[in-house]
Amino acid sequence: MTTVSLTVNGQSVTADVDPRTLLVQFLRENLRLTGTHVGCDTSQCGACVVHLNGQAVKSCTTLAVQANASVVTTIEGISQGGELHPMQAAFREHHGLQCGYCTPGMIMSAIDIVNRKGNALDEQTIRAELEGNLCRCTGYHNIVKAVAAGAEGMAQAPLQQAAE
Amino acid sequence: MTATGIGAPVRRKEDQRFVTGQGRYVDDFNRPGQAYAYFLRSPHAHAVIRSIDTGPAMIMPGVIAVFTGDDLAADKIGGLICGWMIHSKDGSPMKAGPHPALAQGKVRYVGDHVAVVIAETLAQAKDAAEAIVVAYDVLPAVVDTAQATKASVQVHDVSPDNTVFNWHLGNKDETEAAFARAKHVTKIDLVNNRLVPNPIEPRAAVGEYDFGTDNYTLYTTSQNPHVARLVLSAFIGVAPEHKLRVIAPDVGGGFGSKIFIYAEETVCVWAAKKVKRPVKWTSDRSEAFLSDAHGRDHVTHAEMATDENGKIIGLKVHTTANLGAYLSTFSSSVPTYLYAPLLSGQYDIPAIYCEVDGVYTNTAPVDAYRGAGRPEATFVVERLVEKTARELGQNPAEFRRKNYITQFPHATPVIMTYDTGDYAASLDKALEIADYKNFPARKQESARRGKLRGIGFSSYIEACGIAPSQAVGSLGAGVGLWESAEVRVNPTGSVEVLTGSHSHGQGHETTFAQLVSDRLGISIDQVSIVHGDTDKVQFGMGTYGSRSGAVGMSAIAKAIDKVIAKGKKVAAHVLEASEGDIEFKDGRFGVAGTDRSMAFGEIALQAYIAHKFSGQDLEPGLKEGAFYDPTNFTFPAGVHICEVEIDPDTGVTKIERWTAVDDFGVIINPMIVEGQVHGGIAQGVGQALLEGAFYDESGQLITASFNDYCMPRAIDLPSFDVGMTVTPCPSNPLGIKGCGEAGAIAAPPAVINAITDALGHEDIAMPATPQAVWRAAQKARMPMAAE
Repeated sequence: MTTVSLTVNGQSVTADVDPRTLLVQFLRENLRLTGTHVGCDTSQCGACVVHLNGQAVKSCTTLAVQANASVVTTIEGISQGGELHPMQAAFREHHGLQCGYCTPGMIMSAIDIVNRKGNALDEQTIRAELEGNLCRCTGYHNIVKAVAAGAEGMAQAPLQQAAE
Repeated sequence: MTATGIGAPVRRKEDQRFVTGQGRYVDDFNRPGQAYAYFLRSPHAHAVIRSIDTGPAMIMPGVIAVFTGDDLAADKIGGLICGWMIHSKDGSPMKAGPHPALAQGKVRYVGDHVAVVIAETLAQAKDAAEAIVVAYDVLPAVVDTAQATKASVQVHDVSPDNTVFNWHLGNKDETEAAFARAKHVTKIDLVNNRLVPNPIEPRAAVGEYDFGTDNYTLYTTSQNPHVARLVLSAFIGVAPEHKLRVIAPDVGGGFGSKIFIYAEETVCVWAAKKVKRPVKWTSDRSEAFLSDAHGRDHVTHAEMATDENGKIIGLKVHTTANLGAYLSTFSSSVPTYLYAPLLSGQYDIPAIYCEVDGVYTNTAPVDAYRGAGRPEATFVVERLVEKTARELGQNPAEFRRKNYITQFPHATPVIMTYDTGDYAASLDKALEIADYKNFPARKQESARRGKLRGIGFSSYIEACGIAPSQAVGSLGAGVGLWESAEVRVNPTGSVEVLTGSHSHGQGHETTFAQLVSDRLGISIDQVSIVHGDTDKVQFGMGTYGSRSGAVGMSAIAKAIDKVIAKGKKVAAHVLEASEGDIEFKDGRFGVAGTDRSMAFGEIALQAYIAHKFSGQDLEPGLKEGAFYDPTNFTFPAGVHICEVEIDPDTGVTKIERWTAVDDFGVIINPMIVEGQVHGGIAQGVGQALLEGAFYDESGQLITASFNDYCMPRAIDLPSFDVGMTVTPCPSNPLGIKGCGEAGAIAAPPAVINAITDALGHEDIAMPATPQAVWRAAQKARMPMAAE
């Protein structure tokens, strides 16, 4: 067993883990943060995307020990004071989800896209940037709209962005 | 229309939990003392199992038990079943081979279940599975659909030539007569490619047994938990029906693949009692590719006869349908009664004859996948109509229009009676939205850039609202296909609706609440929709075949009518009027012609306190249930137009425009309906351009991960232009036709018709990958050189 210490959604956690434990297993099984999902075993679907030190990573392809001494944010950690994060609100408003399974990874990827590409995103950019996330329900039409709207929403809510 | 009533684009109630990571899917459930199951699967497509030595696995760390098919047999656990009996032309029943949950003596496809390890952790279970020693005598495999009946390999003893059934529908003599007098006959050979459903949530199950009460619980990724309970109890025999609770909580997409009752959930329930621990299994994606039921896989030859006026007078179809190594739960119905009855499409075709040979191969079982039989039928009809129009030199849109059915009801030669529709209205609207009249200019502009532009139509129809129980019973179904609902009004006037439908992305918690809000005049926040738990909902048939609106909501409407009727009795006592004078309007019970009225919630309270009436005259309480059995299938129909631009140098096909005009009858929530259309189109485009499950000659699945099986990504798709036309469905009280599968049904022929239009020749198979399109483009450029 190996000891890992990290900050998850603002809280310090320390645990002894089997060295082969994946970050997603650590989040889901040790911390019971089940909002982060597993949809494949080849790092293709993106249902497991979380932020590691502010950057999107696939937590199914990251060992828990790699996150030692790091800051991790999951879908459970992005809303503030009971208010949805602008990207969460945009997915709801624009019907950017159906079964909800890919949604946490989509939202975490979308926030990362905005962090990297800014708040004015055109359709082509969004579609290209979503290459690491699969959705089987929506045909992406409303996800694209939601990401564009969420990006604008994030421009109007800088405090929320800073909270990460 | 109120802000939350029927027709309003209400934002979904369920989304709050999904966007915050609070959804509860099966793998999110962990039971005290839980152990983990891992299935050892066959690496061979076809082999005799000479022996299985579980001893080395049993001594591995953390291992609690290892079970094989012999253990299931010893406990008299039955095999998995196929619940739809198909009879061959000669009247003989289909040849159903045994389908044990864990293999007995033989494995029949790569991924077939050989043994299960139960261990303290999943990693330990996986490690131990590798230590099981299985001696196989490997046999040759039969994989190819078209060659299955000619192969020397025999998948099941019951079927020497691998035929499951030789089935037919329609009138052969009339069809032959029509072809004899035809002016023109168009022929086509088609392969409807095998697909893997791939909901992003893999299947999962947690089985639990309570020794104190003798109760079993199964958490499972199911679209129809009551059907799962019925099959697991009455047929497979793992637990008595009244002792088995099946819970299907949030389910991450299904598309058909979660209808079926599989080996894994069977074993989890059974093993939980054996090892005296809850047992959890979660599929990984590789297992899902191998063992989730696949979709489609047809090889078809079809011919269409036209007369001197360009009128379609006959259609004949021969299809070989690959059913895989075993008959999955509803597999036999898909290439038969969900397929051939749709071969009339939107067209007035007086004579149709269809033969279907269902065959076994050493591949994963094939069953319903979004559309289930109807996409295959639509692909045949719409490719053939398009090709016929081209051969006759007619405009494909106008050729379709000329042959549309215009009078309703319309009885087709293939058992369906279409109740209503206006196909020309959808075509006109689609042509308008697609800016069809300027297509030639766009094609020229593409040509100037060295690109090939094409346009493709799909005038699809489907049969949804599945289905009248007597009718499907006469066709071989083992179950009725009604739906149930119970409307429980609380003393405070809030309402719980228990439904036998199941939501796994469709948004029932919102749309069903809209109906209740609309009918009872209460806020949708006052309505809770309860589904997916057999201990709460008494019985139900679940969600598939675009049935939850047309059938499930009709059951709710029927129960609401009963609640209002009971409420009127209560109101008559409370308002001291005769029952006949009580009206219910805008959420209030009032006395006609007076200003005396009480709100719905006030009457609900009166029903429960029961002070104003004698319990002998009127039962207290306000709760009503209903079973609704539809009077007919529903017939959603529409026109999709796909416009593509092909780069002949790379073979890349880019969808430039997508127009969808659908007639779903009455729409409860247009936002959700459009979302269903988008998702369906994406799966249909996936089939046409990207997706294909391929086995090599030895039966190894060579597209068994997302690295190898090309799922549609955002960059592969355009935004869609979605329009609607409405002819209310006369066959159910709400006028709903259903919308869940339309896109997946409409899309594949629209794409292929567009590509063949662009290339100028018909020979392109799905998936039309860049390589396939490039080859076809070279052939079109230099027909001799490419031979």
